[in-house]
Amino acid sequence: MAETNKVIMLGNEAIARGAYEAGVKVSAAYPGTPSTEISEYLVQYKDSLYCEWSPNEKVATEVAVGASIAGTRAMACMKHVGFNVAADPAYSVSYMGVNGGLVIVVADDPGLYSSQNEQDTRMVARAAKLPVLEPSDSAEAKEYMKLAFELSEKFDRPFVYRTTTRLAHSQGIVELNDRQEIPDKEYIKNIQKTVMMPGNAKVRHAEIEKRHEELAEEANTLPVNRVEMNDTKIGIITSGIPYQYVKEALPEASVLKLGMVNPLPKKLIGDFASKVERLYIVEELDPVIEEQVRSWGIEVTGKEIFTLQGEYSSNMLREAILKETLALKAPAKAPGRPPILCPGCPHRSVYYVLNKLKLHAAGDIGCYTLGAVAPLSVVDTTMCMGSSISTLHGMEKAKGKEYIKDWVAVIGDSTFLHTGVNSLMNMAYNHGTGTVLILDNSTTGMTGHQDHAATGKTLQGDPAYAVDIPALCKALGVKNVAEVNAFDIAALEKTVKEEIEKDEVSVIITKSPCVLLSKAKKPMYTAHRDKCRKCGMCMKPGCPAMTKGADGTVRIDDTMCTGCGLCESLCKFSAIERVKEGER
Amino acid sequence: MAVKNIMIVGVGGQGTLLTSRILGGLATLGGYDVKLSEVHGMAQRGGSVVTFVRYGEKVAEPIVEEGQADVIIAFERLEALRYAHFLKKEGALIVNDWRIDPMPVVIGAAEYPEGILETLKEEHKVYVVNATEWYEVIEKTVPQKTIEINKKAFDVGYHL
Repeated sequence: MAETNKVIMLGNEAIARGAYEAGVKVSAAYPGTPSTEISEYLVQYKDSLYCEWSPNEKVATEVAVGASIAGTRAMACMKHVGFNVAADPAYSVSYMGVNGGLVIVVADDPGLYSSQNEQDTRMVARAAKLPVLEPSDSAEAKEYMKLAFELSEKFDRPFVYRTTTRLAHSQGIVELNDRQEIPDKEYIKNIQKTVMMPGNAKVRHAEIEKRHEELAEEANTLPVNRVEMNDTKIGIITSGIPYQYVKEALPEASVLKLGMVNPLPKKLIGDFASKVERLYIVEELDPVIEEQVRSWGIEVTGKEIFTLQGEYSSNMLREAILKETLALKAPAKAPGRPPILCPGCPHRSVYYVLNKLKLHAAGDIGCYTLGAVAPLSVVDTTMCMGSSISTLHGMEKAKGKEYIKDWVAVIGDSTFLHTGVNSLMNMAYNHGTGTVLILDNSTTGMTGHQDHAATGKTLQGDPAYAVDIPALCKALGVKNVAEVNAFDIAALEKTVKEEIEKDEVSVIITKSPCVLLSKAKKPMYTAHRDKCRKCGMCMKPGCPAMTKGADGTVRIDDTMCTGCGLCESLCKFSAIERVKEGER
Repeated sequence: MAVKNIMIVGVGGQGTLLTSRILGGLATLGGYDVKLSEVHGMAQRGGSVVTFVRYGEKVAEPIVEEGQADVIIAFERLEALRYAHFLKKEGALIVNDWRIDPMPVVIGAAEYPEGILETLKEEHKVYVVNATEWYEVIEKTVPQKTIEINKKAFDVGYHL
């Protein structure tokens, strides 16, 4: 292989490359950290395959299932909580099996870098009886995609391909290969396999239990389930990224590295266990491997010394297994630096108004979750995609319409289209009176600016119909639909006050594009120290570009200011001014 | 050779990720096994960010752990302080002499520590730079179209 074929790749890029090389024809996804970049890298191969952003993970999975039924290799990509949204098709397509190979890529987030929970996809996959492959670096990430499709077709099973944040967002060396051209499978009508009504599903259930057994047998000889025999005092069963920590901390130990983590290779594990003096199971999050191995009567050490939470590390393994005392320095005392809304973010302006009106907000999933913390302190709840509107509705039904007069729901445009639409439909249908703010920044912001059904563009860059969000709200039965510029704080305050007083559902769409969308240089603002009265009004929204000098007057950091003008509109003493062209 | 461990720390949006990718690309061209670890998603939004670059004959884990960093490149003083304990005894700390107040400081809930560089110099080998001055010179001297590429080139050269 020529040296030029070796490149450094992000885990997610390697997954995309693997899908390309495996001959995938259709991929559908909804953005979610840490899975987003898979689709963004996949789109570079759009001459060879089709890929899309779907409105949510359930839709994406169903699109992939359709492509599989039609006879092509297909995949869906999502983060772990997205797999919950996709659970309905996932559990049933498990019964149906595949025609063209079908892979659902699910990215877990141990350590909660960008998620609302730390669930373990292997548990969900086991419940759905879906087989699971799990790579441990970028090179494997690419190769395992190809293996997943091969096994999917060989055993007639959809495969879950599990990654974690550390794998998805690490780079490693990958050797590139050519794309395999996989001929489409013929579609042959077979309702016993593709119509899951009770009589058929009953038969399919028996069938997939049989297939699961066959796959478990195959797992004993599958090359990705690999024994690295070394010193036999310590034996370790591991998989995924923790394998790398094991190799780093315990290079002398014997290791059984599992590339397929469901179903498990019982015989291989039994043999390995019998050859080592003490057996450890090193797996992040839940004791999925450990509990099964224990149930076979094999003595192991696992979660009694390893945590159920967060990421593992080689230092952690040195301490837990080798009982080494590491001479580590304590970290210095330093004030925390939590993530914040960007300078110029339109959400800050909206939250400033909601804070001023002393309103509570049922929140949702996106950058605007950051409105929960000081100084904005508006968001009271954040649970899952689309939940803001339905949560507010539930509060009203529990306590009456007067109770929610100081509440609103806040939801972003992408999240609204994901699952918020259903919740708003419910609120209108069931005589709710809540006020919903759709913070429309014309993109999927937190995951890094992906298009959606209302942006007018597809993942492949083609122009598309842009959902008319105000018209959609009206079609759902919402009579009061207002649109306000997010930075027009006077108009926004007036509108919010009016709408919360109404005994009907109201939607206020605050329209201002994400500040990071436009790279154009904008006008900046400066604070005149002689005019500043140190009142602190401009500091209230918590813009990171603004600081107080030693004398109490305000400074604007010109490397951070994006020229949104929120501070200017709050200053009563004309101390903040737009910098004119050519000045500074 | 033993695996080299580099950390790049800073504030989300400062370009730590880009810098680690440039370093990783260089190490790859040098024929080494390379692993990088990055931060994406919510943590990027103005939060404290850290990326890892490891290269050598064979690299297993993609992260640099406490007490193992050969070099830390800090894009901001407070972030240098936060991660300094990751350094090896003989490790070096390169600090951009720049301050960005975190939200707890902006809202008055915490103080930005005084004398960070002096504190760090007591225990570590510290190199202080002021990257912004260099940028100013670049911006004033090179043709408009090539400002960005020149800044990138500067970053690479400066951090070698």
